[in-house]
Amino acid sequence: MPKVTFIEHDGTAHSVEAQLGLSLMLAAITNNVPGIDADCGGECACATCHVYIEPDWQQRVTEISGPPNAQEASMLSFAATTQASSRLACQIIVTETLDGLSVRMPDGQH
Amino acid sequence: MDQSEIVIIGGGHAGGSAVAFLRQYGWAGGITMVGAEPLLPYHRPPLSKAWLKAEADAASLALRPAKFYADNRIDCRLNTVATRIDRAAKTIELAGGESLAYDHLILAPGARARRLALPGAGLAGVLELRTAADADRLQSVLGPGRTLAIIGGGYIGLEVAASARALGTEVVIIEREPRLLARVASPELSSFFQRLHCAKGVTLELNAGVAALEGDDRIQAVRFSDGRRIACDAALVGVGAIPNDELARDAGLACDGGIEVDLHARTEDPAIYAIGDCSRRPLPHYARNFRLESVPNAIEQAKQAAASICARPPPVPEVPWFWSDQYDLRLQIAGLPFDATETVLRGSPESAAFAVFHLGADATVQAVEAVNAAPEFMAGKLLIAKRHPVSRERLGDMAVSMKDLL
Repeated sequence: MPKVTFIEHDGTAHSVEAQLGLSLMLAAITNNVPGIDADCGGECACATCHVYIEPDWQQRVTEISGPPNAQEASMLSFAATTQASSRLACQIIVTETLDGLSVRMPDGQH
Repeated sequence: MDQSEIVIIGGGHAGGSAVAFLRQYGWAGGITMVGAEPLLPYHRPPLSKAWLKAEADAASLALRPAKFYADNRIDCRLNTVATRIDRAAKTIELAGGESLAYDHLILAPGARARRLALPGAGLAGVLELRTAADADRLQSVLGPGRTLAIIGGGYIGLEVAASARALGTEVVIIEREPRLLARVASPELSSFFQRLHCAKGVTLELNAGVAALEGDDRIQAVRFSDGRRIACDAALVGVGAIPNDELARDAGLACDGGIEVDLHARTEDPAIYAIGDCSRRPLPHYARNFRLESVPNAIEQAKQAAASICARPPPVPEVPWFWSDQYDLRLQIAGLPFDATETVLRGSPESAAFAVFHLGADATVQAVEAVNAAPEFMAGKLLIAKRHPVSRERLGDMAVSMKDLL
């Protein structure tokens, strides 16, 4: 299984195994990574699985999961502390090519 | 290792989230989760949608995989009912006689479907929807050539109506009030959803009192109070929920339409917390106490209780929010219009993308109902939290971006 790393706002890193074909959000939830709340369970309705994709990975993530759709873009544009690298982890699908992916998390999801 | 014990009564979204936050916040002692259902905690919202349409499997329904509970040393007692709390001894009793000692007790027993006190309410085929088992029973009566009578035009009823139509079922929604969603949405939203469901082939019976459910041992018809009768193969009763607060009440804890708690989700007993659908909690944005039935509330209160137990700073209070998917539409609601005095419509219901803002007398946003309008929902949530007055003209003007209203 690909390994992905979630880095908390304070720098604490959590490297976890992510199941192929499922979302990046589920990898965090399954491994109880702090900082990913995912209130809505992956419906793209809450913006509480907000992550920043590390620069080296942005292009590959876009190639695999596409750019944010209208709903995700809207949710992100009003989420706290949005950056150009912001994505909702529930919209990113884990593939082999994401092995080694690293994402940072905002200070809070609410 | 810390030998303190936390016992959680309830294995739903609230209980399951509490377990996760406790470990995230560093709780090293024991955690036992007692759940009445046979399943580990799972997502209930899909039960009326993807699950009913067989578009979700058990793995995707689960809040977390079984491995999570093993990895985190959670003692999960499924199919297990707690029967009594002994506050003096700090123990709970389980059906079967076993007792569990606790240092901290979290009550998360949820709510149960309100039942009809009518002749025929106990017939086979009269269903409710709270659990996965309920959803499986409901699924078995849906399909082409079948008619489902839905008693109660609330969110459960409307979501099931949409799924049932997608599966080719004939659907009749029976509502006592003059409009759908009467208790939980604005008249503008009600009219929108009434037109939507009619266009999708649902029959609406508004202002309709039900006198009896009829059938020999299985329901065959619903009889209205005016004597009319409609034939059906099954009925779903979705007329609200009742908090499961009996254990708390029997233990002498204050309850008033839900177990009374503070912003730490703590009851009057400092060792006992209550979270989720069962609790009546302060709403700081509205200066009142209220019982919320929602996933975000379950998660927020799980966080409050876990933070309190682990001596962490309390989480920042959130604006309550809700969502509902029907057909290809997404409704997102932020806030509650307790003190609203006027509404502002933004966008047009005809375009199926619009929002109804509810303003207080001081022109602050109290609530927003957004249909296919994520910016209005997100910005509305921020405006509610800020409590700054807004211009109703600008709010209603689609040429003004929501960003410029913040």
